[in-house]
Amino acid sequence: MKQSKWKPWLYLLPAFIFLGIFMVYPLIDVFVYSFEEGYNSASQTFFGTGPYNYRYVLRDPYFLQAVKNTFLIVVITVPVSTGLALLISVGLNSIKPLKELFQTIYFLPYVTNTLAVGLVFMILFQKTPYTDGFVNLIIKWFGGSSIDFIDGPYWAKMFVMCFYTIWVVMPFKVLILTSALASVNPVYYNAAKVDGTSKLRIFTRITLPMISPMLFYLIITGFIGAFKAYSDEVAIFGTDLNAAGMNTIVGYVYDMLYGDSGGYPSYAAAAAIILFAIVLTITCVNLLVSRKNTTYA
Amino acid sequence: MKIVLQDLTKRYPNRNRKIKEEVVAVDRFNFEIPDGELIGLLGPSGCGKSTTLNMICGLEKPTEGRIFFGEDDVTDLPPENRGVGMVFQSYALYPHLTVRQNIRFPLENLKGDKKLSNTEMDQRADEAAKLVQIDQLMDRKPSELSGGQQQRVSIARALVKMPRVLLLDEPLSNLDARLRLQTREEIRRIQRETGITTVFVTHDQEEAMSISDGIVVMASGVVQQIGKPQDVYDDPVNLFVAKFLGTPAINVFAGEVKGGHLFINGEDVLPVGSVPDAPVTVGIRPEGFVLQDDGPFTVDLVRVEVMGRDTSVVSTHPSLEGATVRSIISAENKIDPKAKQVHFALKSAKVLLFNKETEERIRF
Repeated sequence: MKQSKWKPWLYLLPAFIFLGIFMVYPLIDVFVYSFEEGYNSASQTFFGTGPYNYRYVLRDPYFLQAVKNTFLIVVITVPVSTGLALLISVGLNSIKPLKELFQTIYFLPYVTNTLAVGLVFMILFQKTPYTDGFVNLIIKWFGGSSIDFIDGPYWAKMFVMCFYTIWVVMPFKVLILTSALASVNPVYYNAAKVDGTSKLRIFTRITLPMISPMLFYLIITGFIGAFKAYSDEVAIFGTDLNAAGMNTIVGYVYDMLYGDSGGYPSYAAAAAIILFAIVLTITCVNLLVSRKNTTYA
Repeated sequence: MKIVLQDLTKRYPNRNRKIKEEVVAVDRFNFEIPDGELIGLLGPSGCGKSTTLNMICGLEKPTEGRIFFGEDDVTDLPPENRGVGMVFQSYALYPHLTVRQNIRFPLENLKGDKKLSNTEMDQRADEAAKLVQIDQLMDRKPSELSGGQQQRVSIARALVKMPRVLLLDEPLSNLDARLRLQTREEIRRIQRETGITTVFVTHDQEEAMSISDGIVVMASGVVQQIGKPQDVYDDPVNLFVAKFLGTPAINVFAGEVKGGHLFINGEDVLPVGSVPDAPVTVGIRPEGFVLQDDGPFTVDLVRVEVMGRDTSVVSTHPSLEGATVRSIISAENKIDPKAKQVHFALKSAKVLLFNKETEERIRF
């Protein structure tokens, strides 16, 4: 049969059109904006071209704070949430009674609204003139002094932020990992048992390599998701993240566009491009590392 | 190392929870496997042969009964303390490890004074690989091997820790016909060379008959017959065993014994001595027919299949239980393929009588 050359492209055309309009064009546009100094979206004018926007953004203490916050969130939440999810999934996989119940409980945060969860966290952690919050009650009960987690020291706020992020992203990871664990053929475990393999060695030499593709998928998407963090911060600390010192890179981009100090699309574009470069680099590193350590069987 | 199974029984709770009655997978299995022999557990699927193997291995705990390896009672020992090597039906090779790593895996688990150095482990792995002739493939991944090669790797992995007992679960079922023939010789050779007492499970009677020192025929959890392959084939204790062994399968007819003679479809086909008068089920092996113009056994010819060495005569008979009668005769006999009927005499050793109700063998 003769295959026509243009037919497959015709089938792909709708996808190309949508991706082109809503992804490729904006991406190029943002890239162009980031080099146009003082661009005004209303009058569509700018003074000149050059790296000035990048120079400004990279010297802006708010941006540097946002980068620091974002990196801290990434470095803490991705390993902790993935590790905890692995632990919980292994636990879930090895119990029989009430397994479904626990699976449902662990999945609940995933279907719960971010803002609702944020509100609950506020109630748990916030210190008001009327109450110290639930967590502080516990701390005091153990003989500690109360801490303001929402308006207090930086480490306390970062703790709540990471706690919250881990809590929100873990259910999906637990879901993926439990199904990955369940899909490992039990015959491997039987073979290992006959050969007298210890539980720990079964886990490190058989289970982990077998689920490694899923694990790396979660780590890569986890990194990307954590770098794009913004709504979770708003849910806990409100919209003025710069004042709270808890802004993230995406939050900075938003503020530069629409925030109280906003109206600078060029700065926003430069910050967005910097974030893009960071995420791209880290994802590439991730893929390189995972290719060496993953087995697809 | 001889293996003794004493009243070995396995019962499972019924899958339907409303039914209290337990499912009996293996029912009071008694058997002594002599040291260094290759024994085939044979039966249709669901007969309990794999459960028996898993109990010998230690992966399943018997509900009742004991298992001895030599003089040691191993019933309560976990698999790793029994000294068994197991080859799984799907081979269970770890896909992320190379052949060498797979074979070394059991050795790396050894602890205490049994612990081996790195070079010792490599040496042992090389020896095992050489035994099954895969020593050139040591650095490949299982996915890069053929089915037969994977099978050899899994045998090497089972042998590398020098087990007292080697267990194989359906070792040939995942191989194509030609490889199957080759691999079963190979299993026989390896077993002879190592002298390890070996038990394997199969549903393929040809496989079991061709390489085993002894076979155990099982049906729905109960041992039907134990013996040397040829003995079980020649002298089955009941209709099930007679039907299960032999290709082509035994031909089964409804018949009757009257006055010391066997009648099938009213024809006096064979004197059977002192068998009391009663309706019987008659089994005739395909090789039990002798072409004879005035033979007493008449069949309606369907077709003649020439297979070179032998000729297979396919025919129908009014008293037959089944579709066609298959008789194998020497190719030197000439049959007119257009003939309507063919007459046979019967070899009395190949004619087996069974009680019509109990299906137990009636000897004559």
